[in-house]
Amino acid sequence: MNSHEPIRVAILSHLKVGDWLTLLLGGVCVVLLTLKLWSGDLADKAVIRSGGKIFCEVPLSRDQQIEVPGPLGASVIRIQQRKARIVSDPSPRQYCVRQGWLQQAGEIAICLPNQVSVELTGSRKKYDSLNY
Amino acid sequence: MQDRGLRIEERVETTAPHQTRSPIPDPRSSILLNTTAEDHHIARMAAVALGLTILENAIPSPLPGVKPGLANIVTLIVLARYGWRAAAWVSLLRVVAGSLLFGSFLAPGFFLSLSGAVCSLLVLAVAQYLPSRWFGPVSHSIYAAFAHIAGQMLVVYLWLIPHAGIAYLIPIFAAAALVFGTVNGLIAARFMDNDGKPDTERLP
Repeated sequence: MNSHEPIRVAILSHLKVGDWLTLLLGGVCVVLLTLKLWSGDLADKAVIRSGGKIFCEVPLSRDQQIEVPGPLGASVIRIQQRKARIVSDPSPRQYCVRQGWLQQAGEIAICLPNQVSVELTGSRKKYDSLNY
Repeated sequence: MQDRGLRIEERVETTAPHQTRSPIPDPRSSILLNTTAEDHHIARMAAVALGLTILENAIPSPLPGVKPGLANIVTLIVLARYGWRAAAWVSLLRVVAGSLLFGSFLAPGFFLSLSGAVCSLLVLAVAQYLPSRWFGPVSHSIYAAFAHIAGQMLVVYLWLIPHAGIAYLIPIFAAAALVFGTVNGLIAARFMDNDGKPDTERLP
């Protein structure tokens, strides 16, 4: 066994046509699995509700700021870099503001006193114990 | 058992001067298994695989579960040279003896290894009939590696972590299977370049 042969030769001389096909097949499988399992559940839309009704649905791809009217006043929602948060809100305890940025599909910030909520959704609707 | 042992004892005594094979134990033992050269060979290869398993456990892994699977090099070589039956023996002996060595026999880790090994062997049983003109050990290795993670993920999902969240890890495991499967297959192919010498002397 000549141990000084270039590693490129050592690799290429052991790969037959079918091995290349197998490698290709394996690579395609890995890429498809990655695309399917890693990008499917990323949030791509924010659903903003006011008083229980859908106020508007906005894509996360465009940065913007939205004012949503509620019984106590206006809640301000900001979309930035595929994330969403409630920036300001007239409710007394500010829970939804302190929740910070939402990024994953299914995450939700709810402002009960002002009846405003922001929910992130992915390409498919996920179920949890609340809306099952 | 008793008279069977005596019979072998007689046979061993009469043939002993002509026998150059040394690993036969003390013929006076009443429990003497009638082992063949093939059995010895399988045991030897399983021992090599076991050594590689121990070596591999000493290598730190970036993610639990991502391991090169060096012992599968031995399985691939045995499959190519002595057929599927011998490869299955070597692989399963390695899993059981390895778990005994690491103290994980019948623990979750043991069942993960076992399910991976069984799935690999099932796929290899089919993959060995691929035309050898176009498909070499690298193909066998990649298919076996994918079967290995598939078997393990199935056990993890059905038994250990029944949560869809483990799907996030599948791309990592699949990529690792592709890379390590290719590398192991290349190493196995390299070892089979020059047949003739005993295999145990040439493995790392």
